[in-house]
Amino acid sequence: MIPAQFDYVRPGDVAEAVRVLAESEEPKVMAGGQSLTPLLRFRLAYPDVVVDLGGLTELRGVADEGEWLRIGAMTTHDEVIHDPLVAAHCPLLAQATHTVADPAVRHRGTLGGSLAHADPAGDLPAVALALDAEFLVSGEDGDRAVPASEFFQDYLTTVLDIGDVLTAVRFPKLTGWSFHYKKFSQTAQAWAIVGVAAAVRRDDGSVAEARVGLTNMGSTPIRARQVEEACRGVPARTDALREAAQSADAGTDPPNDLSAQADYRRHLARVLTGRALAAAAGL
Amino acid sequence: MPHIRVTVDGVSYDDQVEARRLLVHYLREQLGKVGTPVGCDTTNCGACTVLMDGQSVKSCSVLACQADGHDITTVEALAADGDLHPIQRAFHETHALQCGYCTPGMMMAALDLLRDNPDPSDEEIREGLEGNMCRCTGYVNIVRAVREAAAVMRATTAAPESESRTTDVPQQVVREQEPAPQAASGGASS
Repeated sequence: MIPAQFDYVRPGDVAEAVRVLAESEEPKVMAGGQSLTPLLRFRLAYPDVVVDLGGLTELRGVADEGEWLRIGAMTTHDEVIHDPLVAAHCPLLAQATHTVADPAVRHRGTLGGSLAHADPAGDLPAVALALDAEFLVSGEDGDRAVPASEFFQDYLTTVLDIGDVLTAVRFPKLTGWSFHYKKFSQTAQAWAIVGVAAAVRRDDGSVAEARVGLTNMGSTPIRARQVEEACRGVPARTDALREAAQSADAGTDPPNDLSAQADYRRHLARVLTGRALAAAAGL
Repeated sequence: MPHIRVTVDGVSYDDQVEARRLLVHYLREQLGKVGTPVGCDTTNCGACTVLMDGQSVKSCSVLACQADGHDITTVEALAADGDLHPIQRAFHETHALQCGYCTPGMMMAALDLLRDNPDPSDEEIREGLEGNMCRCTGYVNIVRAVREAAAVMRATTAAPESESRTTDVPQQVVREQEPAPQAASGGASS
């Protein structure tokens, strides 16, 4: 379908974007447009103004900030996948990003757009949550950093307010950890039915620490805290990690939809978490 | 209405477009470039794939406004003077299409893949085309076509003096035939 009419603004800097957004009734920020354009076409979104961040080159690229890797919100998925700093310090993000959609979408789609869109079936929110990323936001009242644990509020809903622009995401460099993103999806559709972002720090033959973020097990990404506790100190063996993963669906509220019923998603979460932890532990 | 300057298949255009105008509709309805079809309209099928600054994009998921200042290559830039591009010839010769609706997008996505990876394995070809769907002939012959085109294009790159015109990747093709900027205007509504 053809989208409903809207005004189009391409601001020259973040301050102008914030100003335009704050002055509008129902604005939408456009990053790469790979989620927003379909919503416009289906007329599921009726913005009065689309604020296209495509001209803001300062929001693009990866920077080494010591303990952190700072990735500009407008960095495309394709750039994330091929970035040497991401490969060195945040390989889980590169691996999960590689499973997003297809090459053409990854050429346009952005890290910030995916996270701000906050689709429960999107892969990157669970990664940001598992890695304790920080979201850097510019708004009418200045700049602020929001931890991933507070960023995602509900289905397609984040803490971002109407005048806010997500400018970058900072990922902590986790040394001594290894990672794996495990995803179950239909071949013709890259949306995750369930996805698991796992990080493991081994201490020789045992697991010292683990982190698990779940995709599409509720209206927001979810940390499987019970699994993380259960992993502490267990032998780094497949059976032990599979056992620890049995509580992966605890506290989740997975959806029923055409792809899967909730009880099947619970089953998938347990199985995939065990596999993701084992792969992350190098087993 | 927003004003855009865009290069399409080597020709520069200077046009007014509605903000809500999708790139695929701009190409088809404003420029008459109907070689790029509208497929699913849901960013799934890839039939409308074109190259934007050499990278594959789904033109139903890009606003014409977002193409401002960029270089678009459509399937219409591939053949010159009736001489098919190797990717077109390979699709023809290996029977990689039945109805042909997905073919323009398949070929543009394949060219994007071959630019990065001139000698892909079958699995890499399937991954490279994962955003493009064919609903009639299946993928076996499409993979064969891409493999054969890749071999022809590699051979030509190795011997550039022979047949170089027909086996260049599209970005090089359009530069060769690019006229002076603003040599054309954008059709009926510009």
